[in-house]
Amino acid sequence: MTFINKRADFAAIANWISPNSQVLDLGCGDGSFLEFLQTQKPVHSYGVEIDDARVLSCVQKGLNVIQQDLEGGLALFEDASFDTVVLSQTLQTIHQTETILREVVRVGKECIVSFPNFGHWSHRLAVGLGRMPVSKSLPYQWYNTPNVRVLTVADFQNLASSLGLKVLDQCILHEGQQVTLMPNFFGSLALFRVRSA
Amino acid sequence: MSELHLSRNTIHFAEPLPLQSGAMLSGYDLVIETYGKLNADKSNAVLICHALNASHHVAGPSPDDPEDIGWWNNMVGPGKPVDTNHFFVIGVNNLGSCFGSTGPMSANPETGRSYGADFPVITVEDWVNTQARLADKLGIRKFAAVMGGSLGGMQAMAWAIQFPKRLAHCVVVASTPKLSAQNIAFNEVARNAILSDPDFHGGNYYEHGVVPKRGLRLARMVGHITYLSDDDMAEKFGRELQRPNGESDDYRFSFDVEFEVESYLRHQGDKFSTYFDANTYLLITRALDYFDPSRRYGGSLNRALAEVQAKFLVVSFATDWRFPPNRSREIVQSLLSNKSEVSYAEIDAPHGHDAFLLDDERYHKLIRAYFAQMLEVQV
Repeated sequence: MTFINKRADFAAIANWISPNSQVLDLGCGDGSFLEFLQTQKPVHSYGVEIDDARVLSCVQKGLNVIQQDLEGGLALFEDASFDTVVLSQTLQTIHQTETILREVVRVGKECIVSFPNFGHWSHRLAVGLGRMPVSKSLPYQWYNTPNVRVLTVADFQNLASSLGLKVLDQCILHEGQQVTLMPNFFGSLALFRVRSA
Repeated sequence: MSELHLSRNTIHFAEPLPLQSGAMLSGYDLVIETYGKLNADKSNAVLICHALNASHHVAGPSPDDPEDIGWWNNMVGPGKPVDTNHFFVIGVNNLGSCFGSTGPMSANPETGRSYGADFPVITVEDWVNTQARLADKLGIRKFAAVMGGSLGGMQAMAWAIQFPKRLAHCVVVASTPKLSAQNIAFNEVARNAILSDPDFHGGNYYEHGVVPKRGLRLARMVGHITYLSDDDMAEKFGRELQRPNGESDDYRFSFDVEFEVESYLRHQGDKFSTYFDANTYLLITRALDYFDPSRRYGGSLNRALAEVQAKFLVVSFATDWRFPPNRSREIVQSLLSNKSEVSYAEIDAPHGHDAFLLDDERYHKLIRAYFAQMLEVQV
Protein backbone atom coordinates (compact mmCIF):
# COMPACT_ATOMS: atom_id res chain seq x y z
CA MET A 1 0.00 0.00 0.00
CA THR A 2 1.28 3.47 -0.79
CA PHE A 3 1.68 6.09 1.88
CA ILE A 4 -1.12 8.26 0.48
CA ASN A 5 -3.47 5.33 0.17
CA LYS A 6 -2.79 4.29 3.75
CA ARG A 7 -3.40 7.79 5.09
CA ALA A 8 -6.66 8.02 3.19
CA ASP A 9 -7.77 4.81 4.88
CA PHE A 10 -6.70 6.18 8.26
CA ALA A 11 -8.41 9.52 7.74
CA ALA A 12 -11.67 7.89 6.68
CA ILE A 13 -11.67 5.62 9.76
CA ALA A 14 -10.67 8.45 12.08
CA ASN A 15 -13.63 10.49 10.77
CA TRP A 16 -15.99 7.89 12.17
CA ILE A 17 -14.45 7.99 15.64
CA SER A 18 -15.70 10.53 18.17
CA PRO A 19 -13.30 12.51 20.34
CA ASN A 20 -12.75 11.15 23.86
CA SER A 21 -13.99 7.71 22.93
CA GLN A 22 -12.63 4.33 23.93
CA VAL A 23 -11.06 2.70 20.88
CA LEU A 24 -9.88 -0.86 20.33
CA ASP A 25 -7.81 -1.49 17.19
CA LEU A 26 -7.74 -5.20 16.35
CA GLY A 27 -4.75 -6.26 14.30
CA CYS A 28 -3.18 -2.88 15.00
CA GLY A 29 0.11 -3.74 13.29
CA ASP A 30 2.94 -1.41 14.23
CA GLY A 31 0.48 1.04 15.79
CA SER A 32 0.55 3.53 12.90
CA PHE A 33 -3.20 4.03 12.90
CA LEU A 34 -3.50 4.57 16.65
CA GLU A 35 -0.57 6.96 16.51
CA PHE A 36 -2.27 8.81 13.65
CA LEU A 37 -5.61 8.82 15.46
CA GLN A 38 -4.04 10.43 18.52
CA THR A 39 -2.85 13.31 16.36
CA GLN A 40 -6.42 13.80 15.13
CA LYS A 41 -8.41 13.72 18.35
CA PRO A 42 -8.10 12.76 22.00
CA VAL A 43 -9.03 9.09 22.47
CA HIS A 44 -8.19 6.32 24.89
CA SER A 45 -7.01 3.32 22.98
CA TYR A 46 -5.61 -0.18 22.97
CA GLY A 47 -4.23 -2.17 20.08
CA VAL A 48 -4.28 -5.93 19.69
CA GLU A 49 -1.53 -7.60 17.69
CA ILE A 50 -0.01 -11.07 17.49
CA ASP A 51 3.34 -10.37 15.82
CA ASP A 52 6.33 -9.86 18.18
CA ALA A 53 8.04 -7.18 16.08
CA ARG A 54 4.81 -5.19 15.67
CA VAL A 55 4.03 -5.43 19.39
CA LEU A 56 7.50 -4.04 20.00
CA SER A 57 6.82 -1.15 17.57
CA CYS A 58 3.65 -0.30 19.49
CA VAL A 59 5.53 -0.29 22.79
CA GLN A 60 8.17 1.96 21.22
CA LYS A 61 5.38 4.36 20.29
CA GLY A 62 4.09 4.33 23.86
CA LEU A 63 0.79 2.73 22.86
CA ASN A 64 -1.20 0.26 24.91
CA VAL A 65 -0.90 -3.03 23.06
CA ILE A 66 -2.17 -6.49 23.93
CA GLN A 67 -0.44 -9.44 22.30
CA GLN A 68 -2.95 -12.08 21.32
CA ASP A 69 -4.24 -14.08 18.40
CA LEU A 70 -7.58 -12.80 17.11
CA GLU A 71 -8.53 -16.31 15.97
CA GLY A 72 -9.14 -17.09 19.63
CA GLY A 73 -11.86 -14.45 19.94
CA LEU A 74 -11.95 -11.50 22.31
CA ALA A 75 -12.47 -13.14 25.70
CA LEU A 76 -10.29 -10.47 27.37
CA PHE A 77 -12.81 -7.79 26.47
CA GLU A 78 -16.21 -7.18 28.02
CA ASP A 79 -19.47 -6.60 26.17
CA ALA A 80 -19.89 -3.06 24.81
CA SER A 81 -16.73 -1.98 26.59
CA PHE A 82 -15.48 0.13 23.67
CA ASP A 83 -17.15 2.96 21.78
CA THR A 84 -15.42 1.88 18.59
CA VAL A 85 -13.68 -1.33 17.62
CA VAL A 86 -11.54 -1.04 14.51
CA LEU A 87 -10.80 -4.05 12.34
CA SER A 88 -8.67 -2.38 9.72
CA GLN A 89 -7.53 -4.58 6.82
CA THR A 90 -7.46 -7.52 9.19
CA LEU A 91 -10.72 -9.34 8.47
CA GLN A 92 -9.26 -10.99 5.35
CA THR A 93 -6.39 -12.48 7.40
CA ILE A 94 -8.62 -14.28 9.91
CA HIS A 95 -9.96 -17.81 9.39
CA GLN A 96 -12.81 -17.46 11.90
CA THR A 97 -14.59 -14.72 9.96
CA GLU A 98 -18.03 -15.08 11.50
CA THR A 99 -16.64 -15.50 15.02
CA ILE A 100 -14.56 -12.36 14.84
CA LEU A 101 -17.40 -10.29 13.38
CA ARG A 102 -19.73 -11.45 16.15
CA GLU A 103 -17.02 -10.65 18.67
CA VAL A 104 -16.30 -7.14 17.39
CA VAL A 105 -19.95 -6.13 17.59
CA ARG A 106 -20.18 -7.69 21.05
CA VAL A 107 -17.21 -5.69 22.38
CA GLY A 108 -17.78 -2.48 20.42
CA LYS A 109 -20.84 -0.27 20.50
CA GLU A 110 -19.78 0.52 16.95
CA CYS A 111 -17.27 -1.21 14.70
CA ILE A 112 -15.30 -0.14 11.70
CA VAL A 113 -14.33 -2.94 9.35
CA SER A 114 -12.10 -2.34 6.36
CA PHE A 115 -10.80 -4.79 3.79
CA PRO A 116 -9.36 -4.87 0.26
CA ASN A 117 -12.14 -5.28 -2.31
CA PHE A 118 -11.56 -8.37 -4.39
CA GLY A 119 -14.30 -7.14 -6.69
CA HIS A 120 -12.24 -4.23 -8.04
CA TRP A 121 -12.23 -4.33 -11.86
CA SER A 122 -8.48 -4.94 -12.04
CA HIS A 123 -8.84 -8.02 -9.83
CA ARG A 124 -11.74 -9.28 -11.92
CA LEU A 125 -9.66 -8.71 -15.04
CA ALA A 126 -6.69 -10.61 -13.63
CA VAL A 127 -8.88 -13.59 -12.72
CA GLY A 128 -10.58 -13.31 -16.10
CA LEU A 129 -7.18 -13.61 -17.71
CA GLY A 130 -6.44 -16.65 -15.60
CA ARG A 131 -4.20 -15.19 -12.90
CA MET A 132 -4.73 -14.31 -9.25
CA PRO A 133 -4.70 -10.52 -8.87
CA VAL A 134 -1.69 -8.62 -7.54
CA SER A 135 -2.36 -4.94 -6.97
CA LYS A 136 -1.78 -2.07 -4.57
CA SER A 137 -4.61 -3.31 -2.37
CA LEU A 138 -3.73 -7.00 -2.78
CA PRO A 139 0.04 -6.72 -3.00
CA TYR A 140 0.89 -10.39 -2.51
CA GLN A 141 1.35 -13.44 -4.65
CA TRP A 142 -1.15 -16.25 -4.07
CA TYR A 143 1.56 -18.34 -2.40
CA ASN A 144 2.76 -15.77 0.13
CA THR A 145 -0.35 -13.77 0.93
CA PRO A 146 -1.37 -13.37 4.57
CA ASN A 147 -4.93 -13.06 3.29
CA VAL A 148 -6.85 -16.24 3.93
CA ARG A 149 -10.29 -14.88 2.95
CA VAL A 150 -10.96 -12.91 -0.20
CA LEU A 151 -14.20 -10.99 -0.37
CA THR A 152 -15.98 -8.24 -2.24
CA VAL A 153 -18.07 -5.32 -1.08
CA ALA A 154 -21.19 -7.26 -1.96
CA ASP A 155 -19.98 -10.35 -0.10
CA PHE A 156 -19.47 -8.34 3.05
CA GLN A 157 -22.89 -6.76 2.79
CA ASN A 158 -24.45 -10.21 2.52
CA LEU A 159 -22.54 -11.64 5.47
CA ALA A 160 -23.24 -8.57 7.61
CA SER A 161 -26.91 -9.00 6.89
CA SER A 162 -26.92 -12.72 7.66
CA LEU A 163 -25.07 -12.11 10.96
CA GLY A 164 -27.64 -9.47 11.88
CA LEU A 165 -25.20 -6.56 11.72
CA LYS A 166 -26.57 -3.15 10.99
CA VAL A 167 -24.53 -1.19 8.46
CA LEU A 168 -24.48 2.43 9.66
CA ASP A 169 -22.23 3.79 6.99
CA GLN A 170 -19.93 2.71 4.23
CA CYS A 171 -17.10 4.33 2.37
CA ILE A 172 -15.46 2.67 -0.61
CA LEU A 173 -12.13 4.09 -1.70
CA HIS A 174 -9.73 3.86 -4.59
CA GLU A 175 -6.37 5.59 -4.57
CA GLY A 176 -7.52 7.51 -1.52
CA GLN A 177 -10.63 8.90 -3.24
CA GLN A 178 -14.17 7.92 -2.37
CA VAL A 179 -15.90 5.91 -5.09
CA THR A 180 -19.64 6.38 -5.41
CA LEU A 181 -20.21 4.99 -8.90
CA MET A 182 -20.33 1.17 -8.89
CA PRO A 183 -18.17 0.93 -5.75
CA ASN A 184 -17.85 -2.87 -5.93
CA PHE A 185 -16.32 -2.45 -9.40
CA PHE A 186 -14.25 0.71 -9.01
CA GLY A 187 -13.38 0.61 -5.29
CA SER A 188 -10.26 -1.18 -4.04
CA LEU A 189 -10.66 -0.58 -0.31
CA ALA A 190 -13.94 -0.95 1.56
CA LEU A 191 -14.80 0.59 4.91
CA PHE A 192 -17.96 -0.25 6.79
CA ARG A 193 -19.30 1.16 10.03
CA VAL A 194 -21.49 -1.46 11.69
CA ARG A 195 -23.08 -2.39 14.97
CA SER A 196 -25.16 -5.25 16.24
CA ALA A 197 -28.75 -4.76 15.17
CA MET B 1 28.88 7.30 31.93
CA SER B 2 28.91 3.55 31.65
CA GLU B 3 29.74 2.35 35.13
CA LEU B 4 27.31 0.42 37.27
CA HIS B 5 27.86 2.60 40.38
CA LEU B 6 26.97 -0.25 42.69
CA SER B 7 26.45 0.65 46.30
CA ARG B 8 25.39 -1.72 49.09
CA ASN B 9 23.93 -0.53 52.36
CA THR B 10 22.17 -1.87 55.41
CA ILE B 11 19.40 0.43 56.51
CA HIS B 12 17.91 0.24 59.97
CA PHE B 13 14.24 0.99 60.59
CA ALA B 14 13.55 1.72 64.23
CA GLU B 15 9.81 2.27 63.94
CA PRO B 16 7.85 -0.93 64.64
CA LEU B 17 6.14 -2.47 61.63
CA PRO B 18 2.51 -3.60 61.94
CA LEU B 19 2.07 -6.76 59.88
CA GLN B 20 -0.96 -8.02 58.00
CA SER B 21 -1.16 -10.94 60.43
CA GLY B 22 -1.74 -8.51 63.30
CA ALA B 23 1.73 -9.11 64.69
CA MET B 24 4.16 -6.26 65.22
CA LEU B 25 7.82 -6.39 64.29
CA SER B 26 10.05 -4.10 66.33
CA GLY B 27 13.05 -2.59 64.56
CA TYR B 28 14.47 -4.30 61.49
CA ASP B 29 17.22 -3.98 58.91
CA LEU B 30 16.98 -4.09 55.13
CA VAL B 31 19.99 -4.66 52.92
CA ILE B 32 19.81 -2.78 49.65
CA GLU B 33 21.94 -2.33 46.59
CA THR B 34 21.63 0.60 44.24
CA TYR B 35 22.93 1.12 40.74
CA GLY B 36 23.22 4.28 38.69
CA LYS B 37 22.54 7.74 40.06
CA LEU B 38 19.41 9.26 41.51
CA ASN B 39 18.62 12.42 39.57
CA ALA B 40 18.01 15.81 41.17
CA ASP B 41 14.22 15.55 41.33
CA LYS B 42 14.44 11.87 42.35
CA SER B 43 12.18 10.82 39.50
CA ASN B 44 14.35 8.13 37.91
CA ALA B 45 14.21 5.46 40.61
CA VAL B 46 13.28 1.89 39.69
CA LEU B 47 12.56 -0.67 42.38
CA ILE B 48 13.38 -4.27 41.49
CA CYS B 49 11.51 -6.81 43.61
CA HIS B 50 12.99 -10.26 43.99
CA ALA B 51 11.42 -13.71 43.81
CA LEU B 52 11.81 -16.66 46.13
CA ASN B 53 15.52 -17.26 46.40
CA ALA B 54 17.08 -14.01 45.17
CA SER B 55 18.29 -10.95 47.02
CA HIS B 56 19.23 -7.30 46.89
CA HIS B 57 22.13 -8.29 44.64
CA VAL B 58 20.50 -7.61 41.27
CA ALA B 59 23.39 -6.60 39.02
CA GLY B 60 27.12 -6.64 38.62
CA PRO B 61 29.77 -8.43 40.67
CA SER B 62 29.15 -8.54 44.40
CA PRO B 63 31.31 -6.13 46.41
CA ASP B 64 32.52 -9.01 48.60
CA ASP B 65 32.76 -11.71 45.93
CA PRO B 66 33.48 -10.73 42.32
CA GLU B 67 32.39 -14.20 41.18
CA ASP B 68 28.90 -13.58 42.52
CA ILE B 69 27.05 -11.84 39.68
CA GLY B 70 23.65 -10.26 40.35
CA TRP B 71 20.58 -12.37 39.60
CA TRP B 72 19.16 -10.00 36.97
CA ASN B 73 22.48 -8.88 35.52
CA ASN B 74 21.23 -9.42 31.95
CA MET B 75 18.37 -7.00 32.63
CA VAL B 76 19.87 -4.25 34.79
CA GLY B 77 23.07 -2.30 34.21
CA PRO B 78 24.67 0.29 31.94
CA GLY B 79 23.28 -0.19 28.43
CA LYS B 80 21.01 -3.02 29.60
CA PRO B 81 17.22 -3.04 29.09
CA VAL B 82 16.80 -1.30 32.46
CA ASP B 83 19.62 1.10 31.76
CA THR B 84 21.44 2.33 34.85
CA ASN B 85 22.89 5.17 32.79
CA HIS B 86 19.39 6.65 32.99
CA PHE B 87 17.68 4.94 35.90
CA PHE B 88 18.60 4.67 39.56
CA VAL B 89 17.85 1.05 40.30
CA ILE B 90 17.24 -0.29 43.79
CA GLY B 91 17.42 -3.94 44.81
CA VAL B 92 16.20 -4.77 48.30
CA ASN B 93 16.49 -8.00 50.24
CA ASN B 94 13.02 -8.63 51.56
CA LEU B 95 12.19 -8.84 55.22
CA GLY B 96 12.35 -12.46 56.35
CA SER B 97 14.88 -13.41 53.71
CA CYS B 98 18.33 -14.71 54.55
CA PHE B 99 20.79 -12.42 52.81
CA GLY B 100 21.29 -9.76 55.46
CA SER B 101 17.86 -8.25 56.00
CA THR B 102 16.15 -9.12 59.27
CA GLY B 103 14.76 -12.63 59.14
CA PRO B 104 14.41 -15.85 61.10
CA MET B 105 18.20 -16.16 61.44
CA SER B 106 18.47 -12.70 63.03
CA ALA B 107 18.59 -12.16 66.77
CA ASN B 108 15.22 -11.45 68.35
CA PRO B 109 15.81 -8.36 70.50
CA GLU B 110 13.41 -9.73 73.13
CA THR B 111 15.30 -12.97 73.67
CA GLY B 112 18.74 -12.29 72.30
CA ARG B 113 18.50 -15.55 70.35
CA SER B 114 17.61 -16.20 66.72
CA TYR B 115 13.94 -15.69 65.91
CA GLY B 116 13.71 -19.13 64.34
CA ALA B 117 10.12 -20.30 64.45
CA ASP B 118 9.05 -17.09 66.23
CA PHE B 119 9.66 -14.90 63.22
CA PRO B 120 6.24 -13.59 62.18
CA VAL B 121 4.63 -14.66 58.91
CA ILE B 122 5.18 -11.95 56.31
CA THR B 123 2.96 -11.18 53.34
CA VAL B 124 3.62 -9.55 49.99
CA GLU B 125 1.71 -6.52 51.27
CA ASP B 126 4.02 -6.33 54.31
CA TRP B 127 7.05 -6.33 52.01
CA VAL B 128 5.56 -3.51 49.99
CA ASN B 129 5.05 -1.53 53.20
CA THR B 130 8.72 -1.98 54.12
CA GLN B 131 9.75 -0.98 50.61
CA ALA B 132 7.61 2.16 50.86
CA ARG B 133 9.37 3.07 54.09
CA LEU B 134 12.65 2.52 52.31
CA ALA B 135 11.53 4.88 49.54
CA ASP B 136 10.66 7.45 52.22
CA LYS B 137 14.16 7.18 53.66
CA LEU B 138 15.69 7.66 50.24
CA GLY B 139 13.43 10.66 49.58
CA ILE B 140 11.73 8.94 46.64
CA ARG B 141 8.10 10.04 46.47
CA LYS B 142 7.32 8.24 43.25
CA PHE B 143 9.14 5.44 41.45
CA ALA B 144 9.56 5.65 37.70
CA ALA B 145 8.82 1.94 37.82
CA VAL B 146 8.42 -0.97 40.18
CA MET B 147 9.34 -4.21 38.46
CA GLY B 148 9.59 -7.87 39.30
CA GLY B 149 9.28 -11.40 38.00
CA SER B 150 7.21 -14.17 39.57
CA LEU B 151 6.84 -13.31 43.28
CA GLY B 152 8.58 -10.04 42.41
CA GLY B 153 5.75 -9.32 39.97
CA MET B 154 3.26 -9.82 42.79
CA GLN B 155 5.08 -7.15 44.79
CA ALA B 156 4.97 -4.77 41.82
CA MET B 157 1.23 -5.40 41.50
CA ALA B 158 0.73 -4.89 45.24
CA TRP B 159 2.63 -1.60 44.96
CA ALA B 160 0.20 -0.35 42.32
CA ILE B 161 -2.70 -1.30 44.61
CA GLN B 162 -1.34 -0.09 47.95
CA PHE B 163 0.45 3.07 46.80
CA PRO B 164 -1.19 3.99 43.49
CA LYS B 165 0.35 7.46 43.42
CA ARG B 166 3.87 6.30 44.15
CA LEU B 167 4.77 4.55 40.90
CA ALA B 168 4.45 5.65 37.29
CA HIS B 169 4.93 2.18 35.80
CA CYS B 170 4.35 -1.33 37.03
CA VAL B 171 6.21 -4.12 35.24
CA VAL B 172 4.87 -7.57 36.07
CA VAL B 173 6.74 -10.50 34.51
CA ALA B 174 5.83 -14.20 34.67
CA SER B 175 3.48 -13.61 37.56
CA THR B 176 -0.06 -14.33 38.67
CA PRO B 177 -2.83 -12.58 40.57
CA LYS B 178 -2.93 -15.51 42.99
CA LEU B 179 -1.62 -19.04 43.28
CA SER B 180 -3.66 -21.94 41.96
CA ALA B 181 -4.36 -25.03 44.05
CA GLN B 182 -1.61 -26.77 42.10
CA ASN B 183 0.86 -23.99 42.91
CA ILE B 184 -0.01 -24.20 46.61
CA ALA B 185 0.28 -27.98 46.45
CA PHE B 186 3.85 -27.76 45.16
CA ASN B 187 4.69 -25.27 47.91
CA GLU B 188 3.18 -27.63 50.48
CA VAL B 189 5.33 -30.52 49.28
CA ALA B 190 8.39 -28.29 49.61
CA ARG B 191 7.42 -27.11 53.08
CA ASN B 192 6.62 -30.62 54.17
CA ALA B 193 10.06 -31.75 53.14
CA ILE B 194 11.54 -29.12 55.46
CA LEU B 195 9.09 -29.58 58.32
CA SER B 196 9.63 -33.34 58.38
CA ASP B 197 13.42 -33.14 58.37
CA PRO B 198 14.60 -34.32 61.84
CA ASP B 199 17.12 -31.48 61.79
CA PHE B 200 14.34 -28.89 61.58
CA HIS B 201 13.67 -28.88 65.33
CA GLY B 202 10.44 -26.92 64.99
CA GLY B 203 12.32 -24.11 63.25
CA ASN B 204 14.86 -23.65 66.05
CA TYR B 205 17.63 -25.64 64.39
CA TYR B 206 20.12 -22.78 64.81
CA GLU B 207 20.33 -23.57 68.53
CA HIS B 208 21.10 -27.18 67.71
CA GLY B 209 23.90 -26.23 65.39
CA VAL B 210 22.30 -28.08 62.47
CA VAL B 211 20.50 -27.20 59.24
CA PRO B 212 17.58 -29.20 57.78
CA LYS B 213 19.56 -29.76 54.62
CA ARG B 214 17.69 -32.81 53.44
CA GLY B 215 14.40 -30.94 53.59
CA LEU B 216 15.80 -27.87 51.86
CA ARG B 217 17.34 -30.05 49.18
CA LEU B 218 14.04 -31.75 48.46
CA ALA B 219 12.17 -28.45 48.54
CA ARG B 220 14.52 -27.03 45.96
CA MET B 221 14.36 -30.10 43.78
CA VAL B 222 10.58 -30.05 43.56
CA GLY B 223 10.57 -26.29 43.10
CA HIS B 224 13.13 -26.51 40.35
CA ILE B 225 11.01 -28.92 38.34
CA THR B 226 8.25 -26.32 38.23
CA TYR B 227 10.62 -23.64 36.94
CA LEU B 228 11.56 -25.56 33.81
CA SER B 229 9.39 -26.59 30.89
CA ASP B 230 8.97 -30.18 29.79
CA ASP B 231 10.62 -29.33 26.45
CA ASP B 232 13.46 -27.56 28.19
CA MET B 233 14.16 -30.58 30.38
CA ALA B 234 13.89 -32.90 27.40
CA GLU B 235 16.42 -30.82 25.55
CA LYS B 236 18.80 -30.36 28.47
CA PHE B 237 18.74 -33.91 29.79
CA GLY B 238 16.45 -36.12 27.76
CA ARG B 239 16.95 -39.66 29.03
CA GLU B 240 20.71 -39.32 29.07
CA LEU B 241 22.36 -41.57 31.60
CA GLN B 242 24.87 -40.23 34.07
CA ARG B 243 28.05 -41.96 32.88
CA PRO B 244 30.97 -39.63 33.62
CA ASN B 245 33.86 -41.85 32.55
CA GLY B 246 32.52 -43.24 29.34
CA GLU B 247 31.20 -46.27 31.19
CA SER B 248 28.75 -48.67 29.63
CA ASP B 249 25.28 -47.38 28.86
CA ASP B 250 23.70 -50.44 30.44
CA TYR B 251 21.24 -49.78 33.23
CA ARG B 252 22.72 -50.37 36.67
CA PHE B 253 19.47 -51.50 38.21
CA SER B 254 20.01 -49.40 41.32
CA PHE B 255 18.55 -46.33 43.01
CA ASP B 256 21.69 -44.26 42.76
CA VAL B 257 21.77 -41.46 40.24
CA GLU B 258 21.09 -43.06 36.87
CA PHE B 259 19.81 -40.22 34.71
CA GLU B 260 21.38 -36.83 34.02
CA VAL B 261 18.24 -35.07 35.22
CA GLU B 262 18.60 -36.71 38.63
CA SER B 263 22.17 -35.58 38.88
CA TYR B 264 21.15 -32.06 37.92
CA LEU B 265 18.34 -31.87 40.47
CA ARG B 266 20.52 -33.24 43.24
CA HIS B 267 23.21 -30.73 42.38
CA GLN B 268 20.70 -27.87 42.46
CA GLY B 269 19.31 -29.14 45.77
CA ASP B 270 22.74 -29.53 47.35
CA LYS B 271 23.88 -26.09 46.24
CA PHE B 272 20.70 -24.48 47.50
CA SER B 273 20.82 -26.20 50.89
CA THR B 274 24.23 -24.67 51.59
CA TYR B 275 23.17 -21.05 51.18
CA PHE B 276 19.44 -20.80 51.81
CA ASP B 277 17.66 -20.73 55.15
CA ALA B 278 14.87 -23.24 55.72
CA ASN B 279 12.69 -20.89 57.77
CA THR B 280 12.97 -18.30 55.01
CA TYR B 281 11.84 -20.92 52.51
CA LEU B 282 8.75 -21.61 54.60
CA LEU B 283 8.07 -17.92 55.04
CA ILE B 284 8.39 -16.96 51.40
CA THR B 285 6.38 -19.87 50.04
CA ARG B 286 3.64 -18.93 52.49
CA ALA B 287 3.76 -15.33 51.30
CA LEU B 288 3.22 -16.70 47.80
CA ASP B 289 0.25 -18.80 48.95
CA TYR B 290 -1.42 -15.93 50.77
CA PHE B 291 -1.11 -13.39 47.98
CA ASP B 292 -4.54 -12.67 46.57
CA PRO B 293 -5.39 -8.98 46.26
CA SER B 294 -8.93 -9.84 45.13
CA ARG B 295 -9.70 -11.54 48.45
CA ARG B 296 -10.80 -8.43 50.28
CA TYR B 297 -12.96 -7.45 47.30
CA GLY B 298 -15.12 -10.54 47.26
CA GLY B 299 -12.83 -12.24 44.76
CA SER B 300 -13.01 -9.39 42.26
CA LEU B 301 -9.60 -8.59 40.80
CA ASN B 302 -11.23 -5.76 38.85
CA ARG B 303 -12.14 -4.05 42.10
CA ALA B 304 -8.76 -4.82 43.67
CA LEU B 305 -7.11 -3.02 40.77
CA ALA B 306 -9.70 -0.25 40.52
CA GLU B 307 -7.55 2.48 42.11
CA VAL B 308 -4.43 1.66 40.12
CA GLN B 309 -2.85 4.65 38.43
CA ALA B 310 0.39 3.16 37.14
CA LYS B 311 0.83 2.11 33.55
CA PHE B 312 1.27 -1.64 33.42
CA LEU B 313 3.47 -3.83 31.32
CA VAL B 314 2.55 -7.47 31.81
CA VAL B 315 4.77 -10.16 30.30
CA SER B 316 4.27 -13.91 30.25
CA PHE B 317 6.11 -16.83 28.67
CA ALA B 318 4.35 -19.40 26.52
CA THR B 319 5.98 -22.45 28.15
CA ASP B 320 5.68 -21.25 31.75
CA TRP B 321 3.43 -23.82 33.42
CA ARG B 322 4.01 -22.53 36.94
CA PHE B 323 2.42 -19.15 36.16
CA PRO B 324 1.18 -19.70 32.61
CA PRO B 325 0.07 -16.92 30.22
CA ASN B 326 -3.56 -17.37 31.27
CA ARG B 327 -2.71 -16.16 34.77
CA SER B 328 -1.12 -13.00 33.35
CA ARG B 329 -4.17 -12.54 31.12
CA GLU B 330 -6.34 -12.43 34.25
CA ILE B 331 -4.37 -9.38 35.37
CA VAL B 332 -4.63 -7.86 31.90
CA GLN B 333 -8.34 -8.56 31.70
CA SER B 334 -9.00 -6.72 34.95
CA LEU B 335 -6.86 -3.77 33.93
CA LEU B 336 -8.71 -3.62 30.59
CA SER B 337 -12.03 -3.82 32.36
CA ASN B 338 -10.98 -0.83 34.47
CA LYS B 339 -9.67 0.95 31.34
CA SER B 340 -6.26 1.22 32.97
CA GLU B 341 -3.17 1.69 30.86
CA VAL B 342 -1.72 -1.71 30.03
CA SER B 343 0.40 -3.49 27.49
CA TYR B 344 0.75 -7.25 27.43
CA ALA B 345 3.32 -9.40 25.70
CA GLU B 346 3.42 -13.15 25.51
CA ILE B 347 6.94 -14.32 24.76
CA ASP B 348 7.23 -17.61 22.94
CA ALA B 349 10.33 -18.72 24.86
CA PRO B 350 11.06 -22.40 25.52
CA HIS B 351 12.44 -22.10 29.05
CA GLY B 352 9.33 -22.28 31.22
CA HIS B 353 9.03 -20.07 34.30
CA ASP B 354 12.80 -19.53 34.41
CA ALA B 355 12.57 -17.63 31.12
CA PHE B 356 12.08 -14.38 33.01
CA LEU B 357 15.68 -14.62 34.22
CA LEU B 358 17.21 -15.74 30.94
CA ASP B 359 18.39 -14.01 27.80
CA ASP B 360 15.73 -13.76 25.16
CA GLU B 361 16.04 -11.14 22.48
CA ARG B 362 12.29 -10.47 22.09
CA TYR B 363 11.79 -10.18 25.84
CA HIS B 364 14.77 -7.92 26.43
CA LYS B 365 13.97 -5.73 23.41
CA LEU B 366 10.48 -5.24 24.76
CA ILE B 367 11.62 -4.24 28.26
CA ARG B 368 14.27 -2.00 26.74
CA ALA B 369 11.68 -0.28 24.54
CA TYR B 370 9.30 0.14 27.46
CA PHE B 371 11.91 1.79 29.67
CA ALA B 372 13.25 3.91 26.78
CA GLN B 373 9.70 5.15 26.16
CA MET B 374 9.45 6.20 29.83
CA LEU B 375 12.44 8.47 29.36
CA GLU B 376 10.91 10.09 26.26
CA VAL B 377 7.70 10.82 28.12
CA GLN B 378 9.61 12.19 31.13
CA VAL B 379 11.54 14.71 29.02
